[in-house]
Amino acid sequence: MGRTARIPLPALAVASLVLVTTALAFVFFVVPNDANQGFSQRIFYFHVSIALTAYACFVGAAWKAFRHLTKQDPDADLESYVLVHQGLIFGTLVLLTGSIWAKISWGHWWLWSEDQLVLFLVLFLFYCAYFMLRYSVDPGPRRANLSAVYALFGVVLIPVSFAAIRLAKGLIHPVVFTRHGPNFGGWILVTYCIAQAAVLVLAYTLYRLELGGKRLDGRLRELREALA
Amino acid sequence: MTYARDVGALARKDLLLELRARDTLPAMLLFVVATFVVFHFSLPAHPSKLAASGLLWVAILFTALLGLGRAFVPEREQHVFDGLVLAPCDRSAIWLGKSLATLAFLVAAQVVALPVYALFFRPLTGPAVLGVALADLGICAVGTFLGAMAVATRARELLLPLLFLPLAIPIVVGGVGAGVADSPGRYLGFLAVYDLLFVVICWASFEYVVAE
Amino acid sequence: MLTARRLGKRYGEKRVLRRIDLEVPRGGFLVVTGPNGAGKTTLLRICAGLAQPTEGTIERGVSRGQIGFLGHDPLVYRELTALENLELYGRLYRVPECRERIGMLLERFGLWEVRHERVASYSRGMTQRLALCRVLLHGPELLVLDEPYSALDEAGAELLDAQLAELRGERTFLLATHDPAHVEPLASGRLALVA
Repeated sequence: MGRTARIPLPALAVASLVLVTTALAFVFFVVPNDANQGFSQRIFYFHVSIALTAYACFVGAAWKAFRHLTKQDPDADLESYVLVHQGLIFGTLVLLTGSIWAKISWGHWWLWSEDQLVLFLVLFLFYCAYFMLRYSVDPGPRRANLSAVYALFGVVLIPVSFAAIRLAKGLIHPVVFTRHGPNFGGWILVTYCIAQAAVLVLAYTLYRLELGGKRLDGRLRELREALA
Repeated sequence: MTYARDVGALARKDLLLELRARDTLPAMLLFVVATFVVFHFSLPAHPSKLAASGLLWVAILFTALLGLGRAFVPEREQHVFDGLVLAPCDRSAIWLGKSLATLAFLVAAQVVALPVYALFFRPLTGPAVLGVALADLGICAVGTFLGAMAVATRARELLLPLLFLPLAIPIVVGGVGAGVADSPGRYLGFLAVYDLLFVVICWASFEYVVAE
Repeated sequence: MLTARRLGKRYGEKRVLRRIDLEVPRGGFLVVTGPNGAGKTTLLRICAGLAQPTEGTIERGVSRGQIGFLGHDPLVYRELTALENLELYGRLYRVPECRERIGMLLERFGLWEVRHERVASYSRGMTQRLALCRVLLHGPELLVLDEPYSALDEAGAELLDAQLAELRGERTFLLATHDPAHVEPLASGRLALVA
């Protein structure tokens, strides 16, 4: 993250805006209608992009947590926290976009048969508990350590939960659903890549924004301390 | 070898404390049987194999939570945690000793609960019982670890179920599968992998939970 | 043996310690005084290794197993007997000839008769005496004592006086107290904290 940290925030904001607009344009105007699902399938470009971005945030948070515990990196705790926060926001968006897609395609606001959706539900619960944990401890090395360990548990939980959900399907829904993902080819791949890049840049912009804000809060507190 | 002796001394201490206090184990026993009775009234008669298995696992999970919530009470109420943390032994021994003691209580509760379940609902197969055994390991390892974390917060017991339940979902899937599926081997293998993964991560990171 | 530079501790918004410098040589006896809320307990906990400072550094010339800490809590299990408590600590601190040492300490502090009774049945003075046994059990090089006299009865205070006099010079002491006059003869250094 060293070099990217130097990219100024306004530049990132503009890049996000441009990319998201381009992605929206491509998704709605360029890509042809999907044969099976029609218009509703378009939401999938964002649904998948947002999901992968959320995973990236959680993995990033676990990496920062690891650095905090092993290298005592002083910035790592705050960065880990902000990444979990971003991950949770995008995770919530996954649940929302997934729910909308489910309603349009299948007529139900929730589908237990969608692995990705159920996984994000479990992760949503897990990372909400992260915040409850964090708010229940006074700021200090204790809170940072507990948060870091929990973030590491989270990243282990992601594959384990996914495997569990797959296994559970064998019990509950013996019928195997076919994959709904787009068949990659031509414009579809291009559109997906633009959408993914857009969401990643947007996430990074929001991450830098929130991190900057929290750091400012910290400096303000230190100044008040020094004056007191 | 000294590590094993430390763990043994700590586990022995917890078993002794429970023997003297005699509150957690009887509560768990009563709770699990009462839960079965509640299930009988809240569900249709003759539940399917899957539903009945589900009931068992919900009961196990919440009985375990009852025991886990009490696990660090002596250390917290008397602030003895400091005493254990000051000692030169490996901090993970605290977690392992406590987990083993909690495992003993959970198994003791299940020795009564499982036959009662078989009596009320449906008999248990061999793989189902093996599933319970494997799941107990995971529940105690992860639950004790999270219990130590919860004790360090303001919210304490309130936090433990919130932290524990998302991590317990894979255990429930494995356990139910072991009891219900035609080929329980996959589910038992999954439980074993879960146990291995989480025991290692708990063992490695307990140091950071207790040290300030 | 123990060196702290510009030590500071903050709990969230509340600042408890501000720029403390202290140095205790091997065999030294530092007496820490100050009103309630001045941070004596926090300072001692940091010195014992139970808390981390938020600013500054601290260096200890001893490992964890060579530190003995007595805080406001006796750190013993109330539902276990004195013997069981000390056996547990003896095991965790790898005390050699554990049984003999425990017997000797219990006898010295007048707890031998009640060794098989649960700590819950002890008086406050007896519990504090057991806490002293716990602290001394592993023969620590560095003793961090936070107001050890406060919970002691008269007999216990005399025993502690004798013990401190015996170990003075051989071991390093960091003692916080409300009554500095009592330990003044033993002190090699003094640190007064302000609230």
